[in-house]
Amino acid sequence: MTQTSEFAVELRDVVKTFKTPEGTLLNAVDHVNMQIKHGEFFSMLGSSGCGKTTSLRMMAGFEWPTEGDVYIEGNAQGHTPPFQRPVNTVFQSYALFQHMTIYQNIAFGLEMERAPADEVKTRVGRLLDMVQLNGMERRYPKQLSGGQQQRVALARALVKMPNVLLLDEPLGALDLKLRKEMQLELKAIQQKVGITFVYVTHDQEEALTMSDRIAVMSKGKVMQVGIPVEIYERPQSRFVADFIGESNFFEGIVQSVEQDRATVLVPSLKAEVTGLNTGQVGVGQKAIISIRPEKIRISEQPALKTNFFNGTVKTTTYIGSDTHVYVDMGGGVTLKVWEQNKISSLDPRAYYVQGQKVCLNLFPENTLILAES
Amino acid sequence: MLKRLRENKSFQGTLLVSPTLLWMIALLFIPLILTTIISFGTRNADGGVIYGFSFHNYVRLFGFSTDCPGGQASCFDPLYANILGRSLSLAFWTTVIVIALAYPLAYFIARAHPKRRNTFLMLVLVPLWTNFVIRVYAWMMLLREQGVINGIIGWVAARFGVQFEPLQMLYTPGAVLVGMVYEFLPFMILPIFTSLEKIDVPLYEAAADLGANPFRTFLRVTLPLSMPGVVAGTILVFIPVMGTFIVSDLLGGKQVILVGNLIQNQFLSARDPTFGSAASLILMIMTLIVTYFYTRKFGFGEEIIAV
Ligand SMILES: Nc1ncnc2c1ncn2[C@@H]1O[C@H](COP(=O)(O)OP(=O)(O)OP(=O)(O)O)[C@@H](O)[C@H]1O
Ligand SMILES: [Mg+2]
Repeated sequence: MTQTSEFAVELRDVVKTFKTPEGTLLNAVDHVNMQIKHGEFFSMLGSSGCGKTTSLRMMAGFEWPTEGDVYIEGNAQGHTPPFQRPVNTVFQSYALFQHMTIYQNIAFGLEMERAPADEVKTRVGRLLDMVQLNGMERRYPKQLSGGQQQRVALARALVKMPNVLLLDEPLGALDLKLRKEMQLELKAIQQKVGITFVYVTHDQEEALTMSDRIAVMSKGKVMQVGIPVEIYERPQSRFVADFIGESNFFEGIVQSVEQDRATVLVPSLKAEVTGLNTGQVGVGQKAIISIRPEKIRISEQPALKTNFFNGTVKTTTYIGSDTHVYVDMGGGVTLKVWEQNKISSLDPRAYYVQGQKVCLNLFPENTLILAES
Repeated sequence: MLKRLRENKSFQGTLLVSPTLLWMIALLFIPLILTTIISFGTRNADGGVIYGFSFHNYVRLFGFSTDCPGGQASCFDPLYANILGRSLSLAFWTTVIVIALAYPLAYFIARAHPKRRNTFLMLVLVPLWTNFVIRVYAWMMLLREQGVINGIIGWVAARFGVQFEPLQMLYTPGAVLVGMVYEFLPFMILPIFTSLEKIDVPLYEAAADLGANPFRTFLRVTLPLSMPGVVAGTILVFIPVMGTFIVSDLLGGKQVILVGNLIQNQFLSARDPTFGSAASLILMIMTLIVTYFYTRKFGFGEEIIAV
């Protein structure tokens, strides 16, 4: 692998416009910039229809950008056809050749390179080892389970040792248990071969556990790019905070800003809330306050001098490791609080009961003040 | 009886297939047995059958005459063997040409925009709404000495002041071949189209992704996956071409006689049903043999996937 460029893949101001069947134009990918580093496990995460597949297909060469360009190893790809790009794809539907054996499927890409026969044999053998399909090479794809077919698809793309491997929801068709196993296996394989992986998924947990970096996408745009901790702990917008995990939101007007803190007057709570000014908002601006349910401290007596609020327990849900407590704050506001069950008890009152008066403590370092988008 | 019907599964099965079985016996086995019996007989003076057990008809078909000018018991006379050979080779070439024409057409239709695809399929089918014989007559109009094709060439030649002798196209083996290809083309296009259409687009993309250019994608992915269609089409074309007599009768005249014409003649003008029966059986056996070896090699047109 030659590393001539800083980035393995780069999208520069890429737009992809489709004509919808209704005749209108749709920007499936809308001025996207993305920089994917060498050897990185990079995920594109977003809900259905946000343009993940389209972005990936432009990297592979199945689609060409309407505007902007895709750079692979620093080279503008323009209209380069897929068979001339140093990338390979693992398709969501696997797209295995049904008329070829597993061995022939995996060897296909090497034969296209006109690799010598003995080299094909050793390389296919190595890949069969890696994906644990030894002894299956004479079978046909239809004679394998879904998980095994998935491995064949992976081996078939990896055997070419591409600079970049593109994966479009490769685990989408597997059941949950197999999916978890394959997540770990995929990650291990990626670290072993050191190839850049561009991974498309709409499963946030999958993205958080596997990725080095994540791009959160919505409606053809990249909302935020960052390492998993950043995405979860420092979302830059209400959309990201809401899409990844869960969050409580309030809207308000910034009253004062002091170093990295800001204080916001929240009309629905009829109170001021102080939090981290991650959105760099200024006094007088509208702001959104975001706090994760597991980061709210619930107590009978206030644990803080300020930033605590009284409410009444509306409902509770015991889910084993946690208790989900929904607290009515008055004024039509309900906050969700995830409380870890640290003490083993059979007493229902240990898990809060309906009608109980409680105090919610919003630690400013856990409370994010976001700019309104 | 009713009790037996309720309890005995295999009896139920027999009862359920019996209508089909009766049909097969009435329409297939009985005629076949009759034909076989007749083929071993000899004809009497006014075209009736004298039943017996003589291989006389088969000997004639395979190139020997029992009615020799020199008076010996048998002598070489390849007349009928030639007809059999000609039929085989014509069926072979028709099938080859039909595949060569139908494949690109089917490919084009399968890759066309879905909106236009149905129109194209319709156009393939439209000729089939006209009667088979009428379509052959249309070719006679085109190929005749004073026909459309000669007319056009003659008109162009006259414009350039060139001497033009009308071409003798009708009543040649070429005319029969053209007619056969024309008649049977749709039966090849449709199965090939169906198998091409079944190939998922991601398969083409996967091939391209793995480094195959369009030509190699075609050879390694498209062609093998569409073979079931080619095989099915071949069976649909080869077998009827072996047996038809209308095309060769109208476009070949006395010049191009096929087994089909031979059989027809024996039953109608020559009034020798025994020889006609023998020829029918030989035609059937030849077709079965060719189809057997062909399908042994390529399958029956089902998915090429072993289970
Ligand atoms: N060939 C096409 N023609 C017209 N519109 C298209 C085409 N391909 C995609 N689109 C549209 O572009 C948008 C983005 O599609 P894309 O497949 O990239 O979404 P996605 O993020 O991969 O979604 P999913 O998670 O459902 O796979 C969608 O609204 C889709 O309808
Ligand atoms: Mg998709």
